[in-house]
Amino acid sequence: MIDPHEKTSRPARTTDEPANGMMPPPIRRITLDSQPTVALPPSQDAVAIANTGDRSLAAAGRPTRGVAGPERMTISDLSVYYGDNHAVKHVSLPIRQGEVLALIGPSGCGKTTLLRTLNRLTELTGTARREGLITLDGTDIDSLEVTEHRRRVSMVFQQPNPFPMSVFDNVAYALREQGAKRPKKKVLEPYVVDALQRAGLYDEVSSNLDHPALRLSGGQQQRLCIARALAARPEVLLMDEPCSALDPKSTNVIEELIVELRKELAIVIVTHNLQQAYRVGDHVAFMYLGDLVEYGPTDDLFDNPKAARTRDYIGGAFG
Amino acid sequence: MLHRLKEPWTDRRAGLLLGALACSVLAVIVFMLVFIAIKAWPSFANNGLSWFSSKGVVDQQFDAMVNSGLNPSAADYELGAWPLIYATLLTTFFATFFGLIFSLLSAIFIVEFAPERIRRVIVPVVRLLAAVPSVIYGLIGILVLAPFIGNSVITAEQKSSVQFVIPLSGTGLGVAIAVLTVMITPIMIAITVDGLHAIPRAWKEGALALGVNRWRAMWTVTVRAARPAIIAGAVLATARALGEAIMISMVAGSKGFSPNPLDGFVFFFEPVRTMAATVVENAESINAPAMQSSLYALALVLLVGAFFLSLGSWIAKQPLKKYGTRS
Amino acid sequence: MSVPTRPGGTAPPLPPLPLPRSPGGGGRQGRSPKKKRVNESISTWRLTDRIGYVLMWAAGLLLCAIGIGILAYMAFKGVQYLRPQLVLTSPTADVDQSASGGFLDPLLGTILITLIGIVIATPIAIGAATWIVEYGRPTWLARLIDSGIEIIAGTPDIVIALFGLVLFQQGIFGWMSFTAAGGAVFGRSFLTAGAMMSLIALPMVFAATREGLQSIPIHIREASYALGKTKAATIRRVLLPSVKANISTGAALGMGRIAGDTAIIVVLLGASLTLDPEGDVPGLNVLKGTGSTLTSYVYNNSPAGEGNAPQKAYAAAFVLLLIVLALNFAVDLIARSGAKTGLETSRLGAR
Ligand SMILES: Nc1ncnc2c1ncn2[C@@H]1O[C@H](COP(=O)(O)OP(=O)(O)OP(=O)(O)O)[C@@H](O)[C@H]1O
Ligand SMILES: [Mg+2]
Repeated sequence: MIDPHEKTSRPARTTDEPANGMMPPPIRRITLDSQPTVALPPSQDAVAIANTGDRSLAAAGRPTRGVAGPERMTISDLSVYYGDNHAVKHVSLPIRQGEVLALIGPSGCGKTTLLRTLNRLTELTGTARREGLITLDGTDIDSLEVTEHRRRVSMVFQQPNPFPMSVFDNVAYALREQGAKRPKKKVLEPYVVDALQRAGLYDEVSSNLDHPALRLSGGQQQRLCIARALAARPEVLLMDEPCSALDPKSTNVIEELIVELRKELAIVIVTHNLQQAYRVGDHVAFMYLGDLVEYGPTDDLFDNPKAARTRDYIGGAFG
Repeated sequence: MLHRLKEPWTDRRAGLLLGALACSVLAVIVFMLVFIAIKAWPSFANNGLSWFSSKGVVDQQFDAMVNSGLNPSAADYELGAWPLIYATLLTTFFATFFGLIFSLLSAIFIVEFAPERIRRVIVPVVRLLAAVPSVIYGLIGILVLAPFIGNSVITAEQKSSVQFVIPLSGTGLGVAIAVLTVMITPIMIAITVDGLHAIPRAWKEGALALGVNRWRAMWTVTVRAARPAIIAGAVLATARALGEAIMISMVAGSKGFSPNPLDGFVFFFEPVRTMAATVVENAESINAPAMQSSLYALALVLLVGAFFLSLGSWIAKQPLKKYGTRS
Repeated sequence: MSVPTRPGGTAPPLPPLPLPRSPGGGGRQGRSPKKKRVNESISTWRLTDRIGYVLMWAAGLLLCAIGIGILAYMAFKGVQYLRPQLVLTSPTADVDQSASGGFLDPLLGTILITLIGIVIATPIAIGAATWIVEYGRPTWLARLIDSGIEIIAGTPDIVIALFGLVLFQQGIFGWMSFTAAGGAVFGRSFLTAGAMMSLIALPMVFAATREGLQSIPIHIREASYALGKTKAATIRRVLLPSVKANISTGAALGMGRIAGDTAIIVVLLGASLTLDPEGDVPGLNVLKGTGSTLTSYVYNNSPAGEGNAPQKAYAAAFVLLLIVLALNFAVDLIARSGAKTGLETSRLGAR
């Protein structure tokens, strides 16, 4: 029972909902039972970078790949249109438990759109239209109740967007508002602290949990947003350029966190930073003007890209 | 000197001219306060603090003022304005209270939940309701609503239960509150809708992305953040309700009477007359000095009340700027 | 078993928070074979939320019903009672009000008072707005004027009316209204009422102009200065022309407010039914004289007034409503054709 990985099996979402009628995906066990093979703990790596500022170290000492697990989400032949603008074109991708999928590509190629579609947020945009199938554990996400779906597939945005309330209330937000009743603050406290710790923010804010969240620094705000998402215990975490506004140190903390989290979650991360994609990604998908140009294991894609456009794009980064 | 004629709009002079125009606004306010206060002084001076009390019968006092002629004695200034103040407070409070609930729900409906087809109807409807002159509201109130209430809602027992105190005819507090609510709601809706729209989308999307449903996301994030705008709208609407004269004078029954909450539901059928309505109804007799001073005293109370409400809305709007985001 | 340390330190894993679930919750997957997107289902909401949701719909529909009801009722009554001769004949005092003339004079009075009010309000409002946006020094004065206009916007019209009465009864304003032989100034005329009406329109023109000016990017001003234009010339030739649409919007809204105001008319325009010129300078005599407007006509012909001729009140109210709606429609037209900025926020007509 003390096994920490027990926690990661976390059947909370599913076994708690008999009405849901959904069995916990049996495959998840497999991931949990196998020990992650961590050759070089990324934390040490990150600390080294933070201390020396030597970024080549990051690229060099990276290769700790996650263990590919079962497919949690599957995107097949997904197209998204904004009016006439075909923003995502016939993309098919698997999203696996236990590993990080990194989405790269030039600005405006539809990465954010793709993530928002996975979270069903594009439906809020009046002009947006979607074609193709997205499944979560084999179920078409269109047939899931939308808030229920978003509880399982959570999203962290490009811009940190903490709510204008206290740090504590931010992290407790999802726990308070999701259920049928608002839990008491006493009950919530350990969960909030846990989420903050997992996001690596607790030490910085532990003394002032009731300060307004908007007064945190940009990096702290982003980590707060991650903590907020983690507190709700999603099964898939979508992160849209979580480090775009952060300094190298905060970036390291978050990368370390992502590598840590992938054991229990399926993670999709969008990034413009190819080094970052290389460091945290287990699989990388390269998008260009809405097309999925290339998808493959990180090392393959970076070492010998098959498509010419991929080669051109990553050429500058590791050449 | 010639260049002066050729170039009449030097920057300096343009600045001075525009500045003077802008300052004329302040002059108007100062003059307004001073003139009204001077005219109101005799009434306050002769009554002291009992001006605000309910001494005597207010309507009889007004009659005495009109009959006192051009050289009224100190006794002719006698006025206990409490029934008018009470009526103003009652109508303003209830209309703002109901209007706040009504407008908040409607604004949320417009911003978030209304299907596009209904939204296309409701937005022009709100603008229309905001544009309808108060005299038309009054006309509908007195010709449609009041007869309906007088004939079909108020029962004979209700009429007889208070017949020795006040006759009930249909016009009264309830109709005034109802029409006033409809009058001020569009203002509140407009400001609330603007306020809700001004909240960054990122907050709402952040809440939705966590798997919180739209209703709770709306209330716990968007409405919460838009509180300053909602309060500002409510304060503005309160000012509007406070100063409404014509419509109230048409539908409120026009009696200087203090409705008694102990009468139960009949409370809402009892006639009242607010301060603003009193002024407009007695405007014809304003040449009698005692009457004149009393009316200006009422106006001064209204002016001070409106001033504090402006101050309140100004204070309420301050946190709105803090977010600095309008999208 | 090695436990990778968390960045924030080790903590024993927590059991999942037993969140109580709403009744009927859960996803409804595979419910229908036909492919249909499942959006939010209210059934998963808390009971209070569901009640609130129903109330919200009720409020929205009630609002629609009230608005459409008022419009339809007024239109019905208008069509029922409005006759051409009502609009074309002057009112006459008679025992039987329902047979005594129309409301030509009140209609003219409304038009006249609206024009006077807006003609006075617009330059002052534009001047004040321009000064605040383009000069605005010292800052405290700018802020003071800003809040001053807000105060005027919040002042009840009846207070403004009484202020006008005492102001224009001062000797120096004798030229604006009837002056008795003894030197007592009557204080009531189209001019005095119009002057006070301008205070009602002023905040709206001011707000619209200021919003327009503020939305002009700074580089447009700089481009004008770079061409050697003075600040005054820039304001006159570049800035004000480009906020014309905003000014028109504010003016139209302000005119709607003036046309619909009753309290100032009742107090400041005197009670004569017809236009009652004063003095013998043509043109000025009408302005100096008293009269009535549609609003005061409706008020006087309602059961609350002396006339008590509801049919005429309805007919006049219908015409009044048409005028006000036309002005609001004009706002839309202007907004659609010209104003690029600033109007989105006032789409609902917040003042
Ligand atoms: N709300 C929207 N309405 C219309 N078009 C949109 C909307 N959001 C995005 N687009 C269009 O969709 C395309 C993809 O945009 P998206 O935001 O997904 O790019 P991105 O890959 O995330 O870019 P970046 O790396 O700069 O964040 C762009 O052409 C953009 O113009
Ligand atoms: Mg993006």
